[in-house]
Amino acid sequence: MPEFEPIVGRYVRLNVAGDDCRIHVEEAGRGIPLVCLHTAGADTRQYRHLMCDPAITDHYRVIAFDLPWHGKSNPPLGWRDREYRLTTDLYVETIRAFCRAMALARPVVMGCSMGGRVVLHLALKHPDELRAVIALEGADRVEPYYELDWLHRPDVHGGEVCAAFVSGQVAPQSPDEYRWETLWLYMQSGPGVFKGDLYFYWYDGHFDDRSPKIDTARCPVYLLSGEYDSSCTPERTEATASRIKGSKATVMEGIGHFPMSENPALFRKYILPVLDEIRGTVR
Amino acid sequence: MINRIRDRVNANAALVRRGQYVSLAFLLGVGEEDYLVTIDKGRVSSVEPRRLATVTGRFTIRAAKTVWDEFWKPVPKRNHHDLWAMLAAGIAKIDGDLLPLMQNLQYFKDVLAAPRPPREG
Repeated sequence: MPEFEPIVGRYVRLNVAGDDCRIHVEEAGRGIPLVCLHTAGADTRQYRHLMCDPAITDHYRVIAFDLPWHGKSNPPLGWRDREYRLTTDLYVETIRAFCRAMALARPVVMGCSMGGRVVLHLALKHPDELRAVIALEGADRVEPYYELDWLHRPDVHGGEVCAAFVSGQVAPQSPDEYRWETLWLYMQSGPGVFKGDLYFYWYDGHFDDRSPKIDTARCPVYLLSGEYDSSCTPERTEATASRIKGSKATVMEGIGHFPMSENPALFRKYILPVLDEIRGTVR
Repeated sequence: MINRIRDRVNANAALVRRGQYVSLAFLLGVGEEDYLVTIDKGRVSSVEPRRLATVTGRFTIRAAKTVWDEFWKPVPKRNHHDLWAMLAAGIAKIDGDLLPLMQNLQYFKDVLAAPRPPREG
């Protein structure tokens, strides 16, 4: 018998902001839907360890999808003449369109990095559609520290430079095997996609002025950030938590910006109690 | 530590291969001291103190000596483990023509980290 992993991949069609999208989706497990959002310039493969962990999949239906332009999801028709730029509204509507297309009832939504930011927007705008949100490496504001133009230009290899920019976001303690797998996804990303995502992460998605309006009684908010994250730092995570009354923040020691993919064994020690708490306390 | 860069890089065939298109000199600032690091096809030819004011490189990477001392530990503390993390934390600076640095960024990061002893376990 082949040694199949429990992950099943398929394609789903949905319309987002007038664009017909062919979306790659992977899932494993049964139970409460847990939608997982990948980081900027990456794809669903970051969540493969969660999808192979029975401690999670015995209770949760873990679902991850590649955003348009990412992984095995196509860019929209006419992409050749567009500059990809992710905005808050487009990101929020893409996630909602996906959840509708999959007929998911009040999922838990967990995202990392820009995914960790957008779940806060979801919690603010659409709390009643969600059971809870988990922001991994997600703050309501980060400060840019390099020019995005370096990420997409003909005299610098886009995949190599994107991976090299984020390589220091992996903690030094993380196993080499998973460090380089995490970076491989960045090397495979389409031209200009990481740059287009960072438009949301660094500019359009800031909302520290609105995050205090999130009602955690309607949608619980969990924040988990890695000690070695240099964009969503522990300090920015704690500042975000202080603005979102009732949110719960954890700093994960010895982890960087990609907890689920860079150190899956360590990450599960932090995420399992959160998932257990949601399962046990949130209706 | 800085004296180890040349031998450590040149003994690492995979790193030299990744840097095979790199032939240039750059300045590495360690506190008040500047060093000229000269690279030829990925191999480090020399690492020498900057002796004359007119000696320079394509780009410069600078940080305090205490920052580099932490950077070169087997498991540096956060903000000190990577050049880009150091930039984000505001404890390192880069100047000059950044194009060759960006074109070979992981190579240069690994050259800088070459003196770092392996972590245990």
